[in-house]
Amino acid sequence: MKIAEDVVSGLSALDRPNSYIGRSVPRPNLDRLTQGRGQYVSDLVLPRMVHVAFLRSPHAHARIKTIEAGQAKSAPGVVAVVTGPELAKVITPWVGVLTHLKGIKSAPQHAIAVDRACWQGEAVCAVVAKSRAEAEDACALIDVDYEPLFAVTDAETALDRATPVIHPELGDNLTFERALVAGDPDKAFAESDAVVETTFVFGRHTGVTNEPRAIVADWNPGEQRLTVYQGTQAPHMTQDIFAKHLNLGSHQVRVITKDVGGSFGIKVHIYADEMATVALSKLLKRPVKFVADRFESFTTDIHARDHRVRAKIGVKKDGTITAFEIDDLTGIGPYSVYPRTSGIEANQVVNLVGGPYTSPNYRARARVVFQNKNVMCQYRAVGHPIATAVTEGLVDLAAAKIGMDTAEIRRRNLIADDAYPAVGASGIKFEKLSHHACLDKILAMMDYPKLRAEQVGLRGRGIYRGIGFASFIEVTNPSAAFYGVGGARISAQDGATLRLDATGAVFVHSGITEQGQGAESILAQCVATSFGVPIERIRIVTGDTDNTPYGGGTWASRAAGIGGEAAWQAGKALRANVLAAAASILQADPKALDIRAGIIVDSDNGRERMPLEEVARIVYFRPDTLPPGFQAELVVTRHYVPRAWPFAFTNGVQASYLEVDTRTGMVKLLKHWCVEDCGTVINPQLVDEQVRGGVVQGIGAALYEHCLYDETGQLLNGNLMDYLLPMANEMPDIEVGHVVTPTADSELGAKGAGEAGTAGAPGSVMNALNDALRPLNAALLVEMPFTPERVLRALGRV
Amino acid sequence: MSARHLDINMRVNGEAVSTRVEARKTLVDFLREDLSLTGTHVGCEHGVCGACTVRLGGEAVRSCLLLAVQCDGAEIETIEGLSDSGAITDLQSAFARRNALQCGYCTPGMLISAHELLANGTVPSRSQIREHISGNYCRCTGYQAIVDAIEQVAQTRATAK
Repeated sequence: MKIAEDVVSGLSALDRPNSYIGRSVPRPNLDRLTQGRGQYVSDLVLPRMVHVAFLRSPHAHARIKTIEAGQAKSAPGVVAVVTGPELAKVITPWVGVLTHLKGIKSAPQHAIAVDRACWQGEAVCAVVAKSRAEAEDACALIDVDYEPLFAVTDAETALDRATPVIHPELGDNLTFERALVAGDPDKAFAESDAVVETTFVFGRHTGVTNEPRAIVADWNPGEQRLTVYQGTQAPHMTQDIFAKHLNLGSHQVRVITKDVGGSFGIKVHIYADEMATVALSKLLKRPVKFVADRFESFTTDIHARDHRVRAKIGVKKDGTITAFEIDDLTGIGPYSVYPRTSGIEANQVVNLVGGPYTSPNYRARARVVFQNKNVMCQYRAVGHPIATAVTEGLVDLAAAKIGMDTAEIRRRNLIADDAYPAVGASGIKFEKLSHHACLDKILAMMDYPKLRAEQVGLRGRGIYRGIGFASFIEVTNPSAAFYGVGGARISAQDGATLRLDATGAVFVHSGITEQGQGAESILAQCVATSFGVPIERIRIVTGDTDNTPYGGGTWASRAAGIGGEAAWQAGKALRANVLAAAASILQADPKALDIRAGIIVDSDNGRERMPLEEVARIVYFRPDTLPPGFQAELVVTRHYVPRAWPFAFTNGVQASYLEVDTRTGMVKLLKHWCVEDCGTVINPQLVDEQVRGGVVQGIGAALYEHCLYDETGQLLNGNLMDYLLPMANEMPDIEVGHVVTPTADSELGAKGAGEAGTAGAPGSVMNALNDALRPLNAALLVEMPFTPERVLRALGRV
Repeated sequence: MSARHLDINMRVNGEAVSTRVEARKTLVDFLREDLSLTGTHVGCEHGVCGACTVRLGGEAVRSCLLLAVQCDGAEIETIEGLSDSGAITDLQSAFARRNALQCGYCTPGMLISAHELLANGTVPSRSQIREHISGNYCRCTGYQAIVDAIEQVAQTRATAK
């Protein structure tokens, strides 16, 4: 029996009768999806709808001399052929910079390339036709005369004087640079008993959402309104941006988001081809649909990571870590992505390295450079996998150098659980973390001493297994500190509007969005509990800028902690309003009443007074019977944004147990553990599955996934035959445990859980791999993904 | 030169379909665009991700690797048909209770693969389940919940016999 049934609790930690908080309530939207009745944008068909296909640059960098499209224009089914300069009359370009990333710069990016294509895959011409197939047929008839330009592809040489500057008006290829010194790293390294240094390399990979990016834009000249059906994580953000660049009021734009086939940070950015699609709809005055095919996904969905980090750690013989130092270089393609910029990941790496540990001495530099490759931007766990793998890789190197157990060195250096509030070396602020409790718990879950004994025993039989840890911190519940302070028009707060209808059902309209994480379930659990009705009476509405409170959407693990708190508070407010109405009907004191399981009761003894639907019936249909002067308000809105802390940091630890086939270089993952602390657990099953999905995404980065480019900027493996993904057969079972340290910034106390798995998995797998091969004196494996070839090279076998 | 369009006859979810179809059209595009059966999804269009899995003559196949005209005379079942017939209700319920889907995009194909695995009534091991669904890509779940749900249905069906 593997399916744990949801267990009904009595009073929860949040002290409400019949609480749904802490219960594994099934998500309300799942039956639809299991029956193939989802409503993904790819499925959508509208009257008069046409399809756009983009002719994309085959060159990484080329001047567009002429575009000959005569034949295409007269091809069957073709409605329009539109070039970059033509579309630039409809939609203005954008620049992906924010003021809080000091000095970040980028160049204007157009919906369709104007004069010059800057990466292989950038759209240079659009063909709109009755069907996608006809649009693609016509693309093949377009003749573009390109003048190939030098492609800057190597981040290492992008800043050399001899390297051409991609955007000459910017002066150089440097997008952003940040340097930080804390404490006295030079003195600390000098006083260390050992200093270990290496360079970690993180390959480019990408999100590979199962449903590619999809958008249907419908400009209605009769209404002067644009309705956009878009698979996005942030509808209000895209509404604002579509309006701005089409020169419309934002009230003229409605963004609707129904089911989204995976997001992971891929669908939170502005993409040129989606901007082109909305502009084409405005131009053609009819619905236009664009769905990326898999090759387009590989060449235009944001890529992630692609960091090279020179890193150093100092340690004393007793295991005390004295200092960390990093020098990070990352290549982000030809444009900083709009509107969140492509500087955030490197900035996060600087913030997070060394974060779990007490060492106050830290030197960091991060440089972000332009290249003629696909754009790079924020993807699940932004910066965390890099910072964690670098930190934890260094800690394991230090342990090996001084001959200390890898769990023990962590125990000696992790910030003590009673030392909070605390400040990390980079200046990040921690409200309360639980590193030691998490470490203790994972060691017990693994039966660590037994596992070590097994590992040693098997070596004698030529079986090489490794155990790798990764302690981590995770940025969740972001306040305006993430984007708003830098000028991005991305809502940091979120809201929930509740409406009691005439039968006692509650409609919840929320600014957060659902892409499968279970956000709608979290909202329903919060409202059902704080208002006091069975969860079946809750109806959730998200993903519609006309019908939800202005909000940020779902990203950076903000949905439960921020959107959930707003819904929780709205439930309380609606309860107070309903009880005021009930009290006026019952001639009672509202303070002496409560709502439990959909019934108005005496709060002291639970005696039933009247059903909720009776209150609603009187308020809506017989308000004439209410006392004079009493006006019932059965719609309420509440908002929430974290104020006490810029981010709710969470923490946890992962462990990987794996076996290396030293003849083939193949890595077999035997088991994986994660203990994390996301504060109040609203729905244990959903948290566990966020962790498991995230771990597997991190394992993909560690072992398989890599966007391979040649030196001319050609992507070599932009398909699922050549780009390896984690599939079921290679993945281990993942055991998840929790430590609960609620944030005091909200009443719910929930922090985020979406990044934890992806944050820690690559580092723990890397450490396990090196742990397995250490007795064989293998070279250190520090370049992800760890392919069989790289493993064999480390062993000196090839 | 062969005809650009051909007449085809098939049964889809038990209903007779007689129509004229573009010769180059894949089965998945035909199901989605011509028959509005949008429960079958397009993920990679080259036979790797499994989102387009349907049943052709009782066998799970990739509808992106078949042309509609190849299916002339065939019997096809999609997630809509399997849902309406009740054939996989227990699997669907187990997937929902175990949260074996997040975005749900892979789910119709995953369910059809699972349905095929469990068709002979045996209880597969977890590694056999993992191997059988290793042609169905899921980015959200990390697969464990899917394995759990399939395993439980196999055990329940075996107990009920």
